Amino acid sequence: MAGDLRALVRALRRALPEESVLSGKDDLKPYECDGLAAYRALPGAVCLPRTRDEVAAVLRLCHQADIPVVARGAGTGLSGGALPLAGGVLLSLARLNRILEIDPLNRVARVEPGVRNLAVSEAAARHGLFYAPDPSSQVACTIGGNVAENSGGVHCLKYGLTVHNLLGLTVLDAAGEVMEIGTGALDSPGLDLLALMTGSEGLLGVVVEARLRLLPRPDRVRVLLAAFASVEAAGDAVGRIIAAGIVPAGLELMDSLAIQAAEAFVHAGYPLDAAAILLCELDGAPAEIAETEERVGAVLHAAGATHIHSAEEPAERARLWAGRKAAFPAVGRLSPDYYCMDGTIPRFRLPEVLAEIARLSERYGLAVANVFHAGDGNLHPLILYDAGRPGDLERAEAFGRDILALCVAVGGVITGEHGVGVEKLDSMCAQFGPSELAQFHAVKAACDPSGLLNPGKAVPTLHRCAEFGAMHVHAGTLPFPELERF
Amino acid sequence: MTMGADRTDDLRARVAAAAENGAPLAIRGGGTKDFFGGPITGEPLEMSGHRGILAYRPTELVLTARAGTPLAEIEAVLARSGQYLPFEPPRFASAGSASDSTNKGACAPGGTLGGAVASGLSGPRRPYAGAVRDYLLGVTVLTGRAEILRFGGEVVKNVAGYDLFRPMAGAMGSLGVLLDVSLKVLPVPPARRSFAFALDGGAAILAANRIAGRPLPVTGAVHDGGRLILRLEGSAAALDKALPLLEEMAGPAMPMDDDGAFWTAIRDHTHPFFAGDAPLWRLSVAPAAAPLPWHGPQMVDWGGAQRWLRGEADVGEMRRMAMAAGGHATLFRGPDRARAFQPPAPAVAALNGRLRAAFDPAGIFNRGRLGEV
Ligand SMILES: Cc1cc2nc3c(=O)[nH]c(=O)nc-3n(C[C@H](O)[C@H](O)[C@H](O)COP(=O)(O)OP(=O)(O)OC[C@H]3O[C@@H](n4cnc5c(N)ncnc54)[C@H](O)[C@@H]3O)c2cc1C
Repeated sequence: MAGDLRALVRALRRALPEESVLSGKDDLKPYECDGLAAYRALPGAVCLPRTRDEVAAVLRLCHQADIPVVARGAGTGLSGGALPLAGGVLLSLARLNRILEIDPLNRVARVEPGVRNLAVSEAAARHGLFYAPDPSSQVACTIGGNVAENSGGVHCLKYGLTVHNLLGLTVLDAAGEVMEIGTGALDSPGLDLLALMTGSEGLLGVVVEARLRLLPRPDRVRVLLAAFASVEAAGDAVGRIIAAGIVPAGLELMDSLAIQAAEAFVHAGYPLDAAAILLCELDGAPAEIAETEERVGAVLHAAGATHIHSAEEPAERARLWAGRKAAFPAVGRLSPDYYCMDGTIPRFRLPEVLAEIARLSERYGLAVANVFHAGDGNLHPLILYDAGRPGDLERAEAFGRDILALCVAVGGVITGEHGVGVEKLDSMCAQFGPSELAQFHAVKAACDPSGLLNPGKAVPTLHRCAEFGAMHVHAGTLPFPELERF
Repeated sequence: MTMGADRTDDLRARVAAAAENGAPLAIRGGGTKDFFGGPITGEPLEMSGHRGILAYRPTELVLTARAGTPLAEIEAVLARSGQYLPFEPPRFASAGSASDSTNKGACAPGGTLGGAVASGLSGPRRPYAGAVRDYLLGVTVLTGRAEILRFGGEVVKNVAGYDLFRPMAGAMGSLGVLLDVSLKVLPVPPARRSFAFALDGGAAILAANRIAGRPLPVTGAVHDGGRLILRLEGSAAALDKALPLLEEMAGPAMPMDDDGAFWTAIRDHTHPFFAGDAPLWRLSVAPAAAPLPWHGPQMVDWGGAQRWLRGEADVGEMRRMAMAAGGHATLFRGPDRARAFQPPAPAVAALNGRLRAAFDPAGIFNRGRLGEV
C-alpha cells in the first residue's frame, strides 16, 4: 500500500466533523467483518459521512493518498464484500439515510444509499405502493448494499431482483467525481451502466443515491403451506408449478432441519413431521387468486403433498413468513456456527442436487439445513459447524466449494444473490475461464483506473485461479462425473 | 433443436482479420433496423446464417438460441408451448434482403434475435413487464480480440462477476458480436381485452399513471390523439373485475376488437401514425410528464413514458424538450443519423468509451452506430 495512512486520517479529520472519522482500535472493532464473520480485518480508519459532499471528500482524499476504500452499508452481506482492508479506509454510507422523495404518480422513490430496504416500502405504503425486492435481511440491510449485491428476496420470482427495480443511480468514482446513471425515463442513452453497476460489489463506484421503482400493492395475498414426505418430492413440486404456467409471487422450500429450527425459534406453525415444506405466495385480484389457488392445489396434490394449508389473514401470513425470514438465525441456534451457501441451478435439477448435497453432508460429517428461493432455483444450504473444533471451518469451506462446483456442473452458477466478495474467489475459477476473468479486470480498469475501490474482491486474479486449478482439477476428471451435463 | 447452422468459426476468423487491420465491421442480423442509430460504416458481418435454437425447456422458462435466428421462428416455437417474449420485441418490415444472396431465404421479415437484443427495443408491454434487458439471462459474445466469452447463464439469479450480459441489450453491437443469447420467457396470459376511453392527451397520461399505481392487470397504454387505449391481460375473472375500476378512473370504456392487431401495429410501427417520410422522434420521458409542447402528430405509448413525434425539428430543441420531461430524445427515423442518439453527460460518455475499448480495443464494431459515446 502506497499511501500514508496517518496523514490521510489527519486530512479526513479536517474535512469531516470530528466524530465522523474513527481510528481508535475499539472504535474500529465493530467494522471488522460483515455477515460472513469467519473473515475479519481491522481497517485503518472508518469514515461516517452524512452527505454526498462528505462522501466525495473522503474519496478524493483517499485517491490523493492512494489508499483503498471499502464501502459499507449495514454490513449484513454474506460474502465478505464489506470486509475491511487492513490499512485501508472503511467508508460507511449508513448515515446517508434519508428518503429524499416519493413520487406516487411516476412511482419512484429517490433515496440515499443508507436507507434500510424495509423503510422504502413503509414510506410508500400510504400511496398503496411498495418496493418489491425484499431480502430476508430487509429490516437491516441498506439500498446501497442491495444495489451492490443485486439482492433478491422471496418475491423476486414474480417481481425481479434489484436490477429490475432500479431506475437510476448517482455514483461517485474513486476520485469522488459524480456520475448520473439513468434518467427520469425508463431508459437512457448509451450503454446500460445501471445494469453494470448493479451487483458490482462496490468495485466500480460508490452509490450515493438511488431511484427505485415502486409497484402497486396487490389487492389480495394468499400463502399456501404444503408439506412433503421427502425433500425431492418438494423440489419436484416446484418444477411442476412453474411448468403449469403459474408464476407465484414467492415459492420457498425448507427442509426438516430448517423447519425444526424455525419452529423452535418463532413458532410459525410449521408441521414438525414433514421432511420438507413449500411456502407458495399468490397475489393479485381476488377472483384470480381463487382460480390460481385451485390450480396450485391440484399440482401440489399430484406432486405428493401430504398436507396443504392456506392462509389469507395478514397475521397468519406474517407468521408463516416469519419462520422463513428468521430461518438463518434460527438455524444459527442449532450450532455454534453456520456457513450459508448461495448457488443457483436450473430448477429441474433440484431433486438430484438436493440428494447430492445430502450425500456430501454425510461424507463431510457436517449437517446441512436447506431453506431457499426454490422458484428461482437459488439454493441456500446452511452448513453447520463449530469453529472451535479444529479443522471444522476448513471442512465446512471445502464442503461449500463442492456444493458450488456441483451447481456449476449442472449448468448453474456459484452465487445467486450474496455475491462473490472474498468468499467465493476460488469458486469463480470454476465458473469462468481466464478470458472472461481478464474481461472483468478490463471492465474494472475502465471504471476504476486507480483500482482503489474494494480491491481484491469479487474477481480473482488469473494467478490465483491457475493455482486453484492446479490444486483442484485432477487430470481430465470433472467434478461430479456421475451427473449428466448439458 | 431446430434447423440451424453454426457459423462461429467463420465469424471469428472475420473478426480476427478485421481487428488486425483495424477495419470496421457492420454487424447485421435481418437488416430490419438498418435505419436505426448512427450511420453504418464498415463491411457487413452477416449474422442471419448463424442460427438455430440451442436449448428450450418450457418448464424452465428459458430459451437459448443463436443470434441470427429469426424472431418469428423463436416466437412460433414458444407459442407452441403457450409461452412468449413478454417484452414484445418489434418486428419491423425488412428494408431489403441481406447482401449475401444465399441468405435471402433466411432473411425473415421481423429481424433476428441478436438484432432484437442489440437494439434494446421493447414494445407496449415494456413499462408493465420489463424490457429486453430484464429478460436477458446470458450471452456468448465475440469480442474485438476475437475471443469468445460467455457471461450470465440460463438461470434467473446470478451475480457471479460483473453483469456483462445485460449491457449487451441496447449496445447496438458496440461491445461485440452476439453469438447466442439466453432469455427468460413466460406463459402467455390466459385472457386479453382492450378498451378505448375518450380522453385528451393530458387526461390520458394522468389516468394511465394513476391506473399504473393500482394493482390492475394493465399491460399496454397508448394515447392515439383522441383516445386512451388500454390493454388488460390476465385471468378472465380478473379482467372482468378490473373494468369498473378502470371506468372509475378513465370514464366510460369502449370495447375494442381483441385480435391484438392494434398492439402489433403499435409494436411494429405499421400503425398509420408511423407511415410516410416525416422524421420520427422518440422521446423517452418520465411517465407522468405533462403533454409535450409539440404541434405535429404525436402518439403516446408506455403509459406516457414513450412519446412518438412526427415532423422536422431542431435536434437540440428536441433534446432539451426531452430533458425537461425527465428523459432523452432519439431521432428514430430521419436524415441526420449522426445525431440519432442524445449523447450522455460527459462523464458517462467517457466511461462508455472506456468500456467499449475494454471489449473492442481497435474499435471495429459498428463504429458510430451508438452515436457520439
Ligand atoms: C439473515 C440474513 C438474511 C439475508 N437474506 C438475503 C436475501 O434474502 N437475499 C439477498 O439477496 N441477500 C440476503 N442477505 C445478504 C445481505 O443482506 C444482502 O447482500 C444486502 O444487500 C447487503 O446490504 P448491506 O447494506 O448490509 O451491505 P454491506 O454488507 O454493508 O455491503 C455489501 C456490499 O455492498 C458494498 N456497498 C455497500 N454500500 C455501498 C454503496 N453505497 N455503494 C457501493 N457499494 C456499496 C460493500 O462494499 C459490499 O461489497 C441476507 C443476510 C443475512 C445476514
